[in-house]
Amino acid sequence: MKPLIELKDVWKTYYLGENVLNVLKGINVTIEKGEFVVIIGPSGSGKSTLMNQVGVLDIPTKGTIFLDGIDISTLKESELAQLRGKKIGFVFQQFNLIPTLTALENVILPSIFQNTPEVKRVARAKSLLTKVGLGDRMDHKPTELSGGQQQRVAIARALINDPEIILADEPTGNLDSKAGEQVMDMLAQLHTDEKKTIILVTHDTNLVDYSEKTIHIKDGVIESISGGKLAHKNNRR
Amino acid sequence: MIKDYINIPWKEIRRRKVRSWLTLIGIFIGIATIVSLITLGQGLENAIEGQFSALGKDKLFITPKGGTFGMGSSEVLTEDDLDVIRQTSGVKRAAGMGTTIGRYEFNDIVRYNFVAGIPTPPEERALIGEAQTWHIEKGRSIEQGDKYKVLLGHEYTQTGQFEKALDLGGKININGIEFKVVGFLEKIGSPPDDKSGFIPLDTYAELYNKENELGYIIAQTQVDEDITKVADAVTKNLRKQHNVDKGKEDFVVETPEQLAATFAVILDIVQIVLIGIAGISLLVGGVGIMNTMYTSVLERTKEIGIMKALGARNSHIMALFLVESGIYGLSGGLIGAVIGIGFAKLVELVFIIAVGPAFLSIQIDGTLILGTLLFSFLVGCLSGIAPARRASKLHPVDSLRYE
Repeated sequence: MKPLIELKDVWKTYYLGENVLNVLKGINVTIEKGEFVVIIGPSGSGKSTLMNQVGVLDIPTKGTIFLDGIDISTLKESELAQLRGKKIGFVFQQFNLIPTLTALENVILPSIFQNTPEVKRVARAKSLLTKVGLGDRMDHKPTELSGGQQQRVAIARALINDPEIILADEPTGNLDSKAGEQVMDMLAQLHTDEKKTIILVTHDTNLVDYSEKTIHIKDGVIESISGGKLAHKNNRR
Repeated sequence: MIKDYINIPWKEIRRRKVRSWLTLIGIFIGIATIVSLITLGQGLENAIEGQFSALGKDKLFITPKGGTFGMGSSEVLTEDDLDVIRQTSGVKRAAGMGTTIGRYEFNDIVRYNFVAGIPTPPEERALIGEAQTWHIEKGRSIEQGDKYKVLLGHEYTQTGQFEKALDLGGKININGIEFKVVGFLEKIGSPPDDKSGFIPLDTYAELYNKENELGYIIAQTQVDEDITKVADAVTKNLRKQHNVDKGKEDFVVETPEQLAATFAVILDIVQIVLIGIAGISLLVGGVGIMNTMYTSVLERTKEIGIMKALGARNSHIMALFLVESGIYGLSGGLIGAVIGIGFAKLVELVFIIAVGPAFLSIQIDGTLILGTLLFSFLVGCLSGIAPARRASKLHPVDSLRYE
């Protein structure tokens, strides 16, 4: 079976005046369908840049990325956006909800860009919000919600187009430990119950407990890949 | 689908109320000016047409070249010209009159207003009266045998000219001669006319030393005569009388339609100039929208990044921002149209109070309003194109990182 995501010798180089900054230096990673992967590394290690490549938000300077067998460098910008919206759900550290929209409207937003029929997407958004425990907060604006609640809205939003991959960038970074744990449990549940592929980017070594595969990155190169299929099931709690 | 592309920008506009209103002001001032100018212009044009058709379609106006109604011209018409016109086939009757500025003195106050010399024979006087569309309010008109008698405009029944109103039988000094007031006219609506005095033509000629000088001649055609043909015949005969070649006439023969058309052309030019100026203010309004949109793009860089991460294509972002600027244009147009019509109605009200009803009547033109809304929407969209393009071209990673 083809891997869901495959990075082959991926380089990302920034040119700052005369300085050439290699943020990623020949990354080779494969992520299988249904895996729970943690990408871990200190700040400045290139893990955010790596996440941008994996999430097809950016294209590498050199190297190839296959998403579901498609070489993303062959896609036009608009096709890339379409693919991203369909295949990947993002959860950010800053929650990144649109402040003018209600919780429900925020959840619906990605499905508007996929041209999902209105009746269908409203129903799905409502059921997702109920599932994350915010059935009574649908008409609240982000500013009227706590951090934990906002992140749960973001998770519901990530799921609206039923993507195969959830890409979470420091999802617990702005939350207290209780809310953080709630969010992590939710991601774990999506992995076990709905067989979603979860990619978690973090510097928090405690979160490694949840993963089946941990990719350690430092100075733009992969230091090690550890963890096995059962790591998360055995180590949790 | 369309609903979403309106809902999101609409919420954005409402988030920044003050800025949105300031942006709208720029648009609606321009639109209000254009709407009120066009509406008032149409009203005025209708009013002028109405006035001229009241003159009757069977009358010709003959004036010396270079002046309207005998003013500001070195050329004159004479009694001989009047005879030539009378003898032209198709002309039923004709009358001449003279106009000049007179010195009016009453109650130790001096005013300079028009004095008109009008013929005393009833037939000719009636023709002048018809053509001038005047009506006697009280007293009588100038009659045969009158010498130092004057028929005064409506203004003299008021205190505006001499602090005291004049009465029938009262005395007023015109250029050193005492005249007896025999009648007053109803209000005509144009201040110069309402301040005019009318004296017998012979007295006028004597007083101003204008023997055999007519400022203007009115001819009425026979029933069933084609007025244009009669006008041509009059022109031809007068040319012979004045011994001038075709194209070098020192007089002008006009029909009411032609007079109305002349005024309409002047009005059109004035309107075009004014609308041009209003157009500039609309342009400034458009630049205001553009400025607001650029600011909006900058402020929402992160949101644009988020939407792109969530699968928004460039075209989606472009649409969202274009709709936003379009809403600015459309709402500005809507408010502007309402204010513009309101202002035109206000002017109409002022006219009704000052001049009386049925002079200026404002028609609300549906096509104009629809066109205005479409135009202002277009101005909004056009102003939004450049900012929307910038927004759509933002790089997702860079904009996500933007704080």
